[in-house]
Amino acid sequence: MFRPIEPTGEKRTVALQVEGKSIVARAGDTLAIALLNAGVTPFRQTPVSGRPRAPLCLMGVCFDCLVEVDGQQNVQSCMLEVQEGMQVQLQHGARHMEGDV
Amino acid sequence: MSAHREVDTLVIGGGIVGMSVAYGLARAGERVRLLDEGDDAFRAARGNFGLVWVQGKGLGNAGYARWTMAAAQEWAVFASELADRTGVDVELSQIGGLTMCLDEAELAERAGGLAAIRQQIGGDYRFEVLDLAQLRELSPLVGPDVVGAVFCPLDGHVSPLRLLRALFQGFASLKGELVAGVHVDAIDYKDGVFHVRTPSGVHVAGKLVLAAGLGNRDLAPLVGLDAPVKPNRGQILVSERVQPFLKHPSLHVRQTGEGVVQIGDSKEDVGYDDGTTLEQLSRITARATRCFPLLKNVNIVRTWGALRVMSPDGFPIYQASTTCPGAFVVTCHSGITLAPRHAGALTQWIRGGIEPTDIHGFKAERFHV
Repeated sequence: MFRPIEPTGEKRTVALQVEGKSIVARAGDTLAIALLNAGVTPFRQTPVSGRPRAPLCLMGVCFDCLVEVDGQQNVQSCMLEVQEGMQVQLQHGARHMEGDV
Repeated sequence: MSAHREVDTLVIGGGIVGMSVAYGLARAGERVRLLDEGDDAFRAARGNFGLVWVQGKGLGNAGYARWTMAAAQEWAVFASELADRTGVDVELSQIGGLTMCLDEAELAERAGGLAAIRQQIGGDYRFEVLDLAQLRELSPLVGPDVVGAVFCPLDGHVSPLRLLRALFQGFASLKGELVAGVHVDAIDYKDGVFHVRTPSGVHVAGKLVLAAGLGNRDLAPLVGLDAPVKPNRGQILVSERVQPFLKHPSLHVRQTGEGVVQIGDSKEDVGYDDGTTLEQLSRITARATRCFPLLKNVNIVRTWGALRVMSPDGFPIYQASTTCPGAFVVTCHSGITLAPRHAGALTQWIRGGIEPTDIHGFKAERFHV
């Protein structure tokens, strides 16, 4: 669905885990771009209606790119640079709190 | 100036109070036109906390305690009527509310206040004083700093924005007319008819209801009434949506039907400033996280301030004008809780029915003794 307009293969890459599966991303990319490049859609289901969502603005405004990163929920993936070994989970509904269920 | 068709009643103010009365009048078959100011007005109806609240209301004023209880008892029917008429679910949950206390003295004071109200109204006024263990049976995630709570089974909460929307839609479905974005410049009364002048035209009606919140202060004297209301600021925070963890609302924390945690509040005498301050927001969140420690890692997405409409003694002002018969002033700071009464018993009085006994004491003369 998405492909980078820059030539590929020239940048350093990092590996991260998405839902337990390994993907490779270009160093310096945001997590949202890395997930889109890896074909991850949707990113989440909304808390109220359960509808699917993927990034819209890619600049920190729309909050539709929320994912869980290294145990932290509701992280804006468009505002975060990929790091080697990142553990990413996709969110279904509202976030949990420690002890809530 | 454009001409406007005459209506039975003009209501000034499109907040919860004005919309409840306008809805009630239209439901009773009147032709009603509602004049609402612009978004530069102070809109308590868009900034409030959303509680349907009985406990503690009316200490020292049995009429207010009874009026509030009657409203709370009517809420379930009112919510279902609005849903039937408009399709809007106002998210009423009325399974009882809690006032959580962080020390024994506070708990004893709250419990004493409710006992006094029970004695004052001389009837059925249900509440329970809970220790921490009993409280955790209702609300398991309460933190260890809480010593107990007062529980009142009539208390609940709604979505105030959904309520406002339901009232607007209900009013429209009953052929009520809405004129938005108008400021009232002047009101003339002649031969039993009110002429309300606005920049966009004159509105003519046989009855006039002033429900303009803080704006009533200036409008009431134009028709021989008095509404010495002043602003009192409350600040509120809302969180990201989280999984349901809190069923029973409290004065300080509630979880909305969509999962948002709403946290309040402050009571500040700061004039017409509806901003927020870090000092108050920090105090509010510190209290909320002592009540519910699991909130510590939850993100806050928005904060705001809103101005309560407060009379000198905190009770409503409901009054008919004697110099301009047909004019009424309606103001209170509990427009959500009292909405069913405002659309019902109060509206019937405005239409010429008997004034409800509970509200006899709510004339502005009480401020001039």
